[in-house]
Amino acid sequence: MQINLKVWRQENRQAIGGYKNYSVSDVSEHMSFFEMLDKLNNELVRKGEDPIAFDHDCREGICGSCGVTINGRAHGPLRGVTSCQLHMRSFKDGDTLVVEPWRAASFPVIKDLVVDRKSFDRIMESGGYVSINTGGTPDANAIPIPKIDADAAFDSATCIGCGACVAICKNSAAMLFVGAKVTQFTKLPQGKVERRERVKNMVAQMDAEGFGSCTNTGACEAECPKEISLTNIATLNKEYLKASLC
Amino acid sequence: MDCPVVWLYCGGYIMAFNSNIPEGPLKDKWTDHLFNMKLVNPSNKRKYKIIVVGTGLAGGSAAATLAELGYNVEAFSYHESPRRAHSIAAQGGINAAKNYPNDGDSIYRLFYDTIKGGDYRAREANVHRLAEISNNIIDQCVAQGVPFAREYGGLLDNRSFGGAQVSRTFYARGQTGQQLLLGAYSALTRQMKTGNVKFHPRHEMLDLVMVDDKARGIITRNLETGEIKSHAADAVILATGGYGNVFYLSTNAMASNATAAWRAHRKGAYFANPCFTQIHPTCIPVSSEHQSKLTLMSESLRNDGRVWVPKEKGDKRKASEIPENERDYYLERMYPSFGNLVPRDVASRRAKNMCDAGHGVGETGLAVYLDFSDVISRNGQEWVAEKYGNLFDMYKQITGENPYEGPMMIYPAVHYTMGGLWVDYNLMSSIEGLHVLGEANFSDHGANRLGASALMQGLADGYFVIPYTIGNYLASNKLVDIDTNHPAFKDAEDKLKESNDKLFAIKGSRTVDDFHKELGKIMWEYVGMARNKEGLEKALVEIPKLRKEFWKDVKIPGSETELNPELEKAGRLADFLELGELMARDALNREESCGGHFRQEFQTEENEAKRNDADFTFAAAWEYKGENQTPELHKEDLNFEHVKLTTRSYK
Ligand SMILES: Cc1cc2nc3c(=O)[nH]c(=O)nc-3n(C[C@H](O)[C@H](O)[C@H](O)COP(=O)(O)OP(=O)(O)OC[C@H]3O[C@@H](n4cnc5c(N)ncnc54)[C@H](O)[C@@H]3O)c2cc1C
Ligand code: SF4
Ligand code: FES
Repeated sequence: MQINLKVWRQENRQAIGGYKNYSVSDVSEHMSFFEMLDKLNNELVRKGEDPIAFDHDCREGICGSCGVTINGRAHGPLRGVTSCQLHMRSFKDGDTLVVEPWRAASFPVIKDLVVDRKSFDRIMESGGYVSINTGGTPDANAIPIPKIDADAAFDSATCIGCGACVAICKNSAAMLFVGAKVTQFTKLPQGKVERRERVKNMVAQMDAEGFGSCTNTGACEAECPKEISLTNIATLNKEYLKASLC
Repeated sequence: MDCPVVWLYCGGYIMAFNSNIPEGPLKDKWTDHLFNMKLVNPSNKRKYKIIVVGTGLAGGSAAATLAELGYNVEAFSYHESPRRAHSIAAQGGINAAKNYPNDGDSIYRLFYDTIKGGDYRAREANVHRLAEISNNIIDQCVAQGVPFAREYGGLLDNRSFGGAQVSRTFYARGQTGQQLLLGAYSALTRQMKTGNVKFHPRHEMLDLVMVDDKARGIITRNLETGEIKSHAADAVILATGGYGNVFYLSTNAMASNATAAWRAHRKGAYFANPCFTQIHPTCIPVSSEHQSKLTLMSESLRNDGRVWVPKEKGDKRKASEIPENERDYYLERMYPSFGNLVPRDVASRRAKNMCDAGHGVGETGLAVYLDFSDVISRNGQEWVAEKYGNLFDMYKQITGENPYEGPMMIYPAVHYTMGGLWVDYNLMSSIEGLHVLGEANFSDHGANRLGASALMQGLADGYFVIPYTIGNYLASNKLVDIDTNHPAFKDAEDKLKESNDKLFAIKGSRTVDDFHKELGKIMWEYVGMARNKEGLEKALVEIPKLRKEFWKDVKIPGSETELNPELEKAGRLADFLELGELMARDALNREESCGGHFRQEFQTEENEAKRNDADFTFAAAWEYKGENQTPELHKEDLNFEHVKLTTRSYK
């Protein structure tokens, strides 16, 4: 099939970007969306043009590197799927796809579709851990954890840190991302020890990075490729309130 | 003899090639060594700067732990964040000898299984240490808040992996690597916050710098701005992962590459057993020419899935139309005691044989079935989804077919590299001060790695081995004070710029991907799952030819001073084009079959790998001799004092 693309091109952080049109022919439905971009990029290089830069690595939906907005949808039209897992069978011959980088003040564009998500790392630095050193830890089975809690912690811990939740949110809020980490630790005895400090510090850093506040639209949950649920934001709010009160 | 020392004359210097295995009984070696090693005074640790290249499981755990101890750590990754490393993709689990299920596991059994699984081509002492440490890793990860799978009583759950008859694999659904890496990443971010670790994201190490024959720094390129920069330190650690992408198509992440290891090799670090590559039996088959990577379906699926092909050759019926008695569950038939859980090399080879003999399924005939209908009817779909949900979803996403309804189709694919930079017991390479951890070294898996053992090894190296052994190195050596003004840095920077200029100057007609695909085809055809003399000799002609072509005709767009993925890929491919040749040479040299290295000339009547212990019980450590020069082979003899070398049998 033939696919028409309207892609955001921006040379570097300082440059003013704009859309450029491309058309890719002989696209097979078995190709992934990125394999289609690979094809286009190879054609561009052969023609002496600059290929489109985009972040990606595992191409299995787990590393969280990738993330583009396709026709206004973060990670494209499917639910629970990252950009790299999207296959061309989701599109039709002749479709036009508008491809953009994540748009958020806290995720500045580095080049084309590549953005800088260091703000996420800094939020994690502010408290996304249990403060223990290597060694001297108790036997792994010393503290039984109810399966239901372990499973719930896992569900939150599957966040891949891609930033789709921020990109799709009209307030550019990072609360689903932060809520997922906070929730994971509140479900586990190991994480409970520092729960107050953690939530306060992570929220403070989130604000300092310029992420907005949640107004309960729920776009993040709908676009999150790992289907992290809104209850994580509810837990975040509850934990924050509790921590601020005492 | 416990410590084979080979003195080598090397470019004017005498250099020791010594495994440095401690004396004493196997089970006491590590404990005694811990006591005998020198310590760095806590207040002095701050004064030592350690460079850690790579922040996957091995590098991330090492950087965090060294910083906790008080060292001054600078960590580098070409990724934007440590959490993106390839380790994140590990699915199935991590081994430990906890014996929680009470099924007869022990440190010795994990040691024994790993040595045997590796087809007797790994060091006993290293592997025993790994088994000893395995239990601490699980404790550590649980304390970090890693949400491992649990049973209803609240205790940790285990499952089985290939090559073992006990259940010793800890897991977090099909995302164990993700959870472990996020654990290491959390420890690392905690140290980043304190300033004990300075992390350099999107920085690629492109050269190693040596002063007085010791590793004293690296040269990096800032991938966003193109800036080339020197960094000096007292010791350097490489934890840069494996080189499976030399085959172009593999289950590795797209950017995984050999550049850091290869450039260290060019500076004198020996490369050991480069031909030992692991082809994983359960991957989604190749579907088209445009495919950019292959996707693993975790080995854990073989706990509950049954592998079969139609008994009739060329049977084109749908799986559901083939009655039970016309199916050949060939692994269960050939290996009644291990069944579907034979080690990876055996399962892969058998799948290939079945397809070669015309029993393959799917459009290409290069696939076998992995069938879950039994377990689904026994335990229900929900039970299966709970255990393997993300893998089933991934399969559906990629193939468009629902594996709850019909069997998966799978075929072997390149997955892991057992070979890597040679290291001694202390994880130090043949270059003093250069330490190598994780998949980047050659140390613990011999000729075949057992499932769920890479995560164990990476974390053992990073959390529990290097923090001690590097202290011993620093305390035992008087290092001269240097900084990046030393001429060795300027020299390396200049050479690097020169080589980048050379790449841009070619202005050829073919893209990096074109060349990489071609290299991949040569590697898969001649240095892949089954190798023979004729094919390997052919590879030794074809690869240098392709390399020449690359340096004549590659086309790199853009400039050096910007984010330029094509330039990054070109540099990595240039190294693969040299490494591929060394792999073929090593495979040709090893006239036996063992583990993942299968030479068609050396097989038993039942088509199993036939080792030649008399002549090949050694690790092959290759020394770089210059561009287009034949490398020199050094042999580290492997001495087996506890495990008797037998023909592996999984029948
Ligand atoms: C799909 C898949 C599933 C797997 N499942 C399992 C499993 O279930 N159990 C198991 O035990 N093993 C598994 N493995 C194997 C295991 O995941 C890897 O062997 C292991 O994670 C490697 O860890 P590492 O830290 O050595 O390297 P990596 O995780 O590859 O990290 C390499 C690091 O080095 C950096 N780097 C590399 N080169 C440079 C450079 N030149 N400059 C700067 N930085 C550099 C990268 O940025 C990265 O941070 C799996 C592998 C794959 C491919
Ligand atoms: S919460 Fe979901 S969308 Fe947000 S970073 Fe995590 S995985 Fe991505
Ligand atoms: S490339 Fe890793 S999640 Fe998409």
